[in-house]
Amino acid sequence: MNDLTPSREERTENLKGLGCSRKRVEDARFTQGKGNYVDDIKMPGMLFGDFVRSPYAHARVKNINSEEALKVPGVLAVLTAKDLEPLGLHWMPTLAGDKQMVLADGKVLFQGQEVAFVVATDRYAAADGIEAVEVEYEELPVVVDPFKALDPDAPVLREDLEGQTEGAHGPRKHHNHIFLWEAGDKEATESVLASADVVAEEMVYYHRTHPCPLEPCGCVASMDKVNGKLTLWGTFQAPHAVRTVASLISGIAEHNIRVISPDIGGGFGNKVGVYPGYVCSIVASIVTGKPVKWIEDRMDNLMATAFARDYWMKGKIAATKEGKITGLWCHTTADHGGFDACADPTKFPAGFMNICTGSYDIPVAYLGVDGVYTNKAPGGVAYRCSFRVTEAAYFIERMIEILAIELNMDAAELRRINFIKKEQFPYQSALGWEYDSGDYHTAWEKALKAVDYEGLRKEQAERVEAFKRGETRKLLGIGLTHFTEIVGAGPVKNCDILGLGMFDSCEIRIHPTGSAIARLGTISQGQGHATTFAQILASEIGLPADSITIEEGDTDTAPYGLGTYGSRSTPVAGAATAMAGRKIRAKAQMIAAYLLEVHDDDVEWDVDRFAVKGAPERFKTMAEIAFAAYNQAIPGIEPGLEAVSYYDPPNMTYPFGAYICVMEIDVDTGVHEIRQFYALDDCGTRINPMIIEGQVHGGVTEALAIAMGQEIAYDEMGNVKTGTLMDFFLPTAWETPNYTTDHTTTPSPHHPIGAKGVGESPNVGGVPAFSNAVHDAFRAFGLRQSHMPHDHWRIWKTAHDLGLHG
Amino acid sequence: MAKQHYTLTVNGEQRDVLCEPRELLIHTLREQLDITGPHVGCETSHCGACTVEINGKSVKSCTVFTAQANGADVTTIEGLGSPDGLHVLQEKFREHHGLQCGYCTPGMITRAHRLLQENPNPTEEEVRFGIAGNLCRCTGYQNIVKSILAAAAEMNAAKEAAE
Repeated sequence: MNDLTPSREERTENLKGLGCSRKRVEDARFTQGKGNYVDDIKMPGMLFGDFVRSPYAHARVKNINSEEALKVPGVLAVLTAKDLEPLGLHWMPTLAGDKQMVLADGKVLFQGQEVAFVVATDRYAAADGIEAVEVEYEELPVVVDPFKALDPDAPVLREDLEGQTEGAHGPRKHHNHIFLWEAGDKEATESVLASADVVAEEMVYYHRTHPCPLEPCGCVASMDKVNGKLTLWGTFQAPHAVRTVASLISGIAEHNIRVISPDIGGGFGNKVGVYPGYVCSIVASIVTGKPVKWIEDRMDNLMATAFARDYWMKGKIAATKEGKITGLWCHTTADHGGFDACADPTKFPAGFMNICTGSYDIPVAYLGVDGVYTNKAPGGVAYRCSFRVTEAAYFIERMIEILAIELNMDAAELRRINFIKKEQFPYQSALGWEYDSGDYHTAWEKALKAVDYEGLRKEQAERVEAFKRGETRKLLGIGLTHFTEIVGAGPVKNCDILGLGMFDSCEIRIHPTGSAIARLGTISQGQGHATTFAQILASEIGLPADSITIEEGDTDTAPYGLGTYGSRSTPVAGAATAMAGRKIRAKAQMIAAYLLEVHDDDVEWDVDRFAVKGAPERFKTMAEIAFAAYNQAIPGIEPGLEAVSYYDPPNMTYPFGAYICVMEIDVDTGVHEIRQFYALDDCGTRINPMIIEGQVHGGVTEALAIAMGQEIAYDEMGNVKTGTLMDFFLPTAWETPNYTTDHTTTPSPHHPIGAKGVGESPNVGGVPAFSNAVHDAFRAFGLRQSHMPHDHWRIWKTAHDLGLHG
Repeated sequence: MAKQHYTLTVNGEQRDVLCEPRELLIHTLREQLDITGPHVGCETSHCGACTVEINGKSVKSCTVFTAQANGADVTTIEGLGSPDGLHVLQEKFREHHGLQCGYCTPGMITRAHRLLQENPNPTEEEVRFGIAGNLCRCTGYQNIVKSILAAAAEMNAAKEAAE
């Protein structure tokens, strides 16, 4: 007979499972400076590689002379495309189905492009070597404007594709054209537009920016020539995918490659792609027989690895006089730079841009996206975003505001009458998605009430009058946003990257004494997976989270998975974790029944134990079951207690939220002040509220940066004007406001624990909230659309152009 | 370039190093002395991931030559706390979720440590101004500020109790 104390509540609390703000297990290490990031790796004889980069945006490379560089003390080798060509490694595939030069092959296509790789004994010698490499360039005409890139007489950028009329995603209609991707019903949409009461039309530009994690990208490649094994440590958001790609392009068998992502200092999409530095480090290690480290500096990072956005979105939205939206049309010109190096699922060359109908019940819609080459850095990565959902959310949330102006209607009311209703879920969108769940009206009313929306509008109207009377020079903007995310890519039937299905995985081993290790195909970059995945498991298998180790990032030990980006860890790997836990529990049930001498069906799960039905005092805890699994011969049951789950999600998840930003704007200086920022998120079941809140704070701050100042800007010669943190805006504590967070909970009906993912929601919702606040402040003075980032100069210019400076 | 001999006191211990006069302090710390708490984020003094203390002042060690630190007293994140436990700042950062990826954290805590020496009882505004030389991409600072204010309160309470 067992003692029934502690109570069920105490036992539940002891697990630190779902819903508890468990403190992070990562933090003791990080707060003491004991993290292990890629640049902390040090190996005997390790060399350092660095790039000679192009000063020109478009030029022919006539000659590379390494003679002087090789005389520099410490310099061992200078690799060029000619050295890589015999290995077939002078070009590499991008994740978007394009190919990219590893080192300049005859020409360069953007400023900062990798031209030669200098290998030296340390980073100082490498820098000296770079200075000594002589490269002879012949400048070519530069194209930085994606519209001009499609002029009939525009210079040919990708000579390697000349004459190829078929690209990875269908026909190419021009020598600088990459793809046209379409969704929805063009004809039906155009017919709705032609007969609508009201049509609002606008060009919405989401400017080029960069994820800029605080730790730049880097790797250490070590080729062990004795056993033929390559080990590659690096800042990889998808270590397994890197292993497969490395095997495919190098010809090294996949079992002879081990990829390890150590601690990663922030990713935000920057660390999904494969970069020339990785390939060159591997080659250099093969050539020299020594480990080779490559760590980019900040300028390299901003100039060359993975920009984000750069979408020109032309929109038309049709509605009745009463404000019911009847149709949406969008044509996007997507500037990809010199190579299409997006990291989107194969079938979605414009990512999930077709979520651009947003939170609204729009009966008919059309989306067309033309991808274009220019002389800018390659990429188009999802910066804290699930494959272009940030662009989509910004587009629709601007179009709604512009339609409200057109209808002379309150923008909150316009949203209210167009939201998809709770009873319409699962909802089939006009552009092809099935929204799993939502309750937008409840979230919206809660948000409006929390900020006293009516009071704010009254204050705003009074402010406008006071401004007109000359009593104040400050305007008040109320930035509204209701966003719907699409995350958790994704179902293997339509989501893959380079043919790799986007499932994810978890493998659990329970130890005899009642603790456990779980390994996943994902990799944390600050999200706190070691903390939260243990919480999911604790609730599933009844062992305390504190007794569960979570390990990720080593392809030799972790099960295959597609990694962490696009808010997919919780929706996909989190689901795999729960499912693997349930397999453990199923076996545990048989063991418990045997130990309790009853039939399997006569025991039931109770927090941390199986108990005999109707006799709760007769039970076996999971710890007792684990011990028996390893130490007792049980007829018909294999020893041990382990499980693995590969989870292929049946659908995406659709987190949503209502964000409101209240902003004061000084008309004479363009300086803004955030008076209030309210963020309501519905991410379904909440695993760790403390971590969710932290994700929201961080994501909204990145949105603040993007909307209010952050930009990768080029001049007409293709020079990067924002190559350091002096020019590229990252907000400090001084510019960042405090945020109020709130939530509703609408669990996902298809996810095992109902969770939806939250990491990227605040960026998706935050950008339109800030931008709409700026626009709203000037609405009374006739502003329809101005381009981000809304830095002080642009805001001043807006006020000036509206004639507000007298 | 000929190497030179320099002597620094790092976290209370005298360390002799041999390096070129152009070597940056962050590289000497990380690569010669295996002190990898301070990180490199920008190499232009903007991000503060490399923040250390030199003779009682917060300094970005990515833009200081080791030669300039010759004879100086250098404290890094590894010099805070003790084998017995975390420094109160480290504890408060953990308690208030003042970190995520951890890359800025050593520099941020080292800066906060000096800030509280200079101003033991700061307002929220003073904390925000005081750490404006240290960038964080993950947290949005709200919980960092909370952590520092909580640490200040606890340090002040401990001081009062001791008096």
